[in-house]
Amino acid sequence: MTPPHEPEDEGAYRPRLIRSYTITAGRTATSVDLAMEATLRLQAGAEAPVLSPSAAQVLEVCDRRSVAEVSALTKMPIGVTRVLLGDLIEQGLIRIQATITDKSSTDERLELIERTLRGLRNY
Amino acid sequence: MDFETTKAQRAAASTKIVIAGGFGVGKSTLVGAVSEIDPLRTEALVTNESEGVDDLAAVPTKATTTVAMDFGRLTLAEDLVLYLFGTPGQRRFWFMWDDLCRGAIGAIVLVDVARLDESFSPLDYFESKGIPFIVAVNEFDGVPRYPAEEIAAALALPADVPIISLDARDREQAKGALVKITEYSLMRLRESLTVNAN
Ligand SMILES: Nc1nc2c(ncn2[C@@H]2O[C@H](COP(=O)(O)OP(=O)(O)OP(=O)(O)O)[C@@H](O)[C@H]2O)c(=O)[nH]1
Ligand SMILES: [Mg+2]
Repeated sequence: MTPPHEPEDEGAYRPRLIRSYTITAGRTATSVDLAMEATLRLQAGAEAPVLSPSAAQVLEVCDRRSVAEVSALTKMPIGVTRVLLGDLIEQGLIRIQATITDKSSTDERLELIERTLRGLRNY
Repeated sequence: MDFETTKAQRAAASTKIVIAGGFGVGKSTLVGAVSEIDPLRTEALVTNESEGVDDLAAVPTKATTTVAMDFGRLTLAEDLVLYLFGTPGQRRFWFMWDDLCRGAIGAIVLVDVARLDESFSPLDYFESKGIPFIVAVNEFDGVPRYPAEEIAAALALPADVPIISLDARDREQAKGALVKITEYSLMRLRESLTVNAN
């Protein structure tokens, strides 16, 4: 996570990401890797257990939206949003649609970039 | 679950392009010019304490600040959404960039010729990470125009990096920049395939 150089900040404080606070009871780790642009979908037929107000709010807005949009709409920081979404995924209430990750194959990348180009040209 | 559903679920449903550049160079303007929604804003909590606070149970304190990132959205097809993320300007928030850039098609580095030096750090970043990028000169009113070769030389750009100029407020020109970075990223990927095949 070290940028190539930060001349202005040499020796000064070094900001770090805080991934959670009280909303997530101090947890920051999720077992789910959630990219900013990852799209969420409600799982059909899933029965919602009793959720915290924050989790319920996230569940309500997340269908067909990205992690970043859920964060923006709920006005919750991105780290908190990720933890709450991760929980909902683990509970089987939502799923993430595919995105390109470090593990994606070149073919998957090619296919996505080609689709994007076609879409942009017609946009 | 039949094969078609499985395949559709595996195909990526969303992707992103990063809009980078120095302070006030027009990143938010470009995002707003092409986005189908009013640009949205997401925040990350950051602590300024020097030691040990990326501890997982960190609690907001005086040393906590937020970094805002704005982003826009373009629905390109029924099954494909493109997000545009503007990078946070301040240099000390660079650690956020890895998160923003992971899996991105590439980046557009916006440049103001009156303040070329502000684009050095973003250019270094994308070059060192091997992320495809193009340079887009945002032509502010009253600022002199320079030939692309001169700007490329002043920025010490690698020879194949495309350089275009635009008015970030113009939807068609902003869209043109998105097409350009996507074409370039595709070309780079195809080139890497040819190299590997030989
Ligand atoms: N004349 C002219 N003005 C522009 C252009 N692009 C942006 N501006 C203006 O420049 C100012 C800064 O633009 P922003 O889009 O906010 O820049 P930014 O890069 O998002 O700025 P930060 O997020 O603060 O780093 C605004 O007042 C814009 O209206 C352009 O192409 N031409
Ligand atoms: Mg901005």
